[in-house]
Amino acid sequence: MISATDLRLTFGKGTPLENPALRGMSLTVNQGEFVTVIGSNGAGKSTFLNALAGEILVDSGTIVVDNVNVTKLPTHKRADRVARVFQDPLAGTCEGLSIEENLALAIKRGQRRGLTTAVKKQYMGQFRESLSSLKLGLENRLGDKMGLLSGGQRQAVSLLMASLTPSAILLLDEHTAALDPKTAAFVLDLTTKIINEQKLTALMVTHSMKQALEVGTRTVMLHQGQVVFDIAGKDREGLEVKDLLELFEKQRGLSVDDDSLLLG
Amino acid sequence: MLSEIAFYGAIETGLIYGLVAFGIYLSFRVLDFPDLTVDGSFPLGAAVAAVLIMAGWNPWLATGCAVLAGMAAGAVTAILNVKLNILNLLASILTMIALYSVNLRVMGRPNIALLGEDTVLTPWYSLDLAYHQVPVLLFAIVIVIALILLWRFMKSETGLAMRATGANPRMARAQGIATGSMIILGVALSNGLVGLAGALFAQSQGAADVTMGVGVIVIGLASLIGGEAVISPTTVIRALIACVVGAIIYRLAIAFALNADFIGLKAQDLNLITAVLVTLAIVLPGIRSSVVNKLTRNKA
Repeated sequence: MISATDLRLTFGKGTPLENPALRGMSLTVNQGEFVTVIGSNGAGKSTFLNALAGEILVDSGTIVVDNVNVTKLPTHKRADRVARVFQDPLAGTCEGLSIEENLALAIKRGQRRGLTTAVKKQYMGQFRESLSSLKLGLENRLGDKMGLLSGGQRQAVSLLMASLTPSAILLLDEHTAALDPKTAAFVLDLTTKIINEQKLTALMVTHSMKQALEVGTRTVMLHQGQVVFDIAGKDREGLEVKDLLELFEKQRGLSVDDDSLLLG
Repeated sequence: MLSEIAFYGAIETGLIYGLVAFGIYLSFRVLDFPDLTVDGSFPLGAAVAAVLIMAGWNPWLATGCAVLAGMAAGAVTAILNVKLNILNLLASILTMIALYSVNLRVMGRPNIALLGEDTVLTPWYSLDLAYHQVPVLLFAIVIVIALILLWRFMKSETGLAMRATGANPRMARAQGIATGSMIILGVALSNGLVGLAGALFAQSQGAADVTMGVGVIVIGLASLIGGEAVISPTTVIRALIACVVGAIIYRLAIAFALNADFIGLKAQDLNLITAVLVTLAIVLPGIRSSVVNKLTRNKA
């Protein structure tokens, strides 16, 4: 379980470029939920994800992952609980290292690293098995450099690496956005398959409202650094993109009314 | 053209600079950390070893202390970068400048002669070998041990984490790697190797001098880049072998250039030759591939 409470963060505080990215963002994701996050540019989606991962520390508010307060911990000290796949297919893996070396890095995520050989024989069975589930033939190319793989293949391996060891939450940051439509569909299928099979708790940021409704068990929309609506279960079933837009307009309309009430 | 003694001398110095090239491979290639500290940590290693040998210490123990001193110097550079957010290149220049004073303090004077003192080489002279072959044998053993240890380290969990830190720090952090600590460890190791090289160099040359570090970084880079041009560094072991091969080739090239009277070069031209060689080593592979491209295009 992951719970963010009243997160606030302002970039460039005290400068003319002051930009409040998170304005009291609160969200609790329960064990086994697969939440899709949508929102326009500047809504705070990426900032929220970076705050959860530890890449950015928030000004105020608390982040609790599996009953541990991680608010002030840097990325590498949260990595045992938080797994992540980046938007850039090249960012999640090291191109100069072989496939097996990348996987060996991931299998020790958040654990102590010693002086024993990194690529151990005992890992090989697991590496081959999980790679063969991708059906890309990578299980026979364990020694190949990661840089020889295509963007889609690398994103698939990143996803595999993020799910190689257990985590409290899997963060997916528009991880299909930089891929061509066919590869994006493949990676998205793979994502839902892995999340369902391993019963992972996941948070997926996406630009596509359609995608946000098609996958996952719950959808959250962010606007101006806050959650504007949050739907799950029966309310979410059968919902279409236009319903989502309507919902969004309604929410925005309400907030305008609130302002006019205040001013009036 | 090249006398036997000059030939062995070049190999001997080449083996020592192979250690420097290892260090530069660690910082420049593995960590992507342009570290100029080596110009200070090389004479630091020499100074520490020379002072301790003069004080009657066991020469191997003195050499070990030189390694530790080099590591401390590297750690200072890395901490300036990681903890105080000073640009890596600038941090290393600051340490390098500071080390000039430190080295003078360590030695108490600009140079120390080790003539007649027991060095790591002394026991080896009782072997049935020519005088100029002894250092080559000993330093070859040292560099092979260093190469194997370094190779095993790079293949270890920590070594792999260090390689990931240099190649993709964001990914490394997401995998739970403390990238700052990795940079400190890596730059310290790198300068430890350079300190070792300085200590061995002082013992083979019979003196430590505060100016002996000038240009070590360029010679190390020349060795690294030259070696990479000869042996493409596709794996860690190939990259490490390339360091040693590059350092020896560089030294032989220098020895030939200085010994070939018809060229008319003298010892004082060394730094100019080095700069020209490094430039050629960087530029030539590009020219070669463009020539190859033109040829293949014509064929097609």
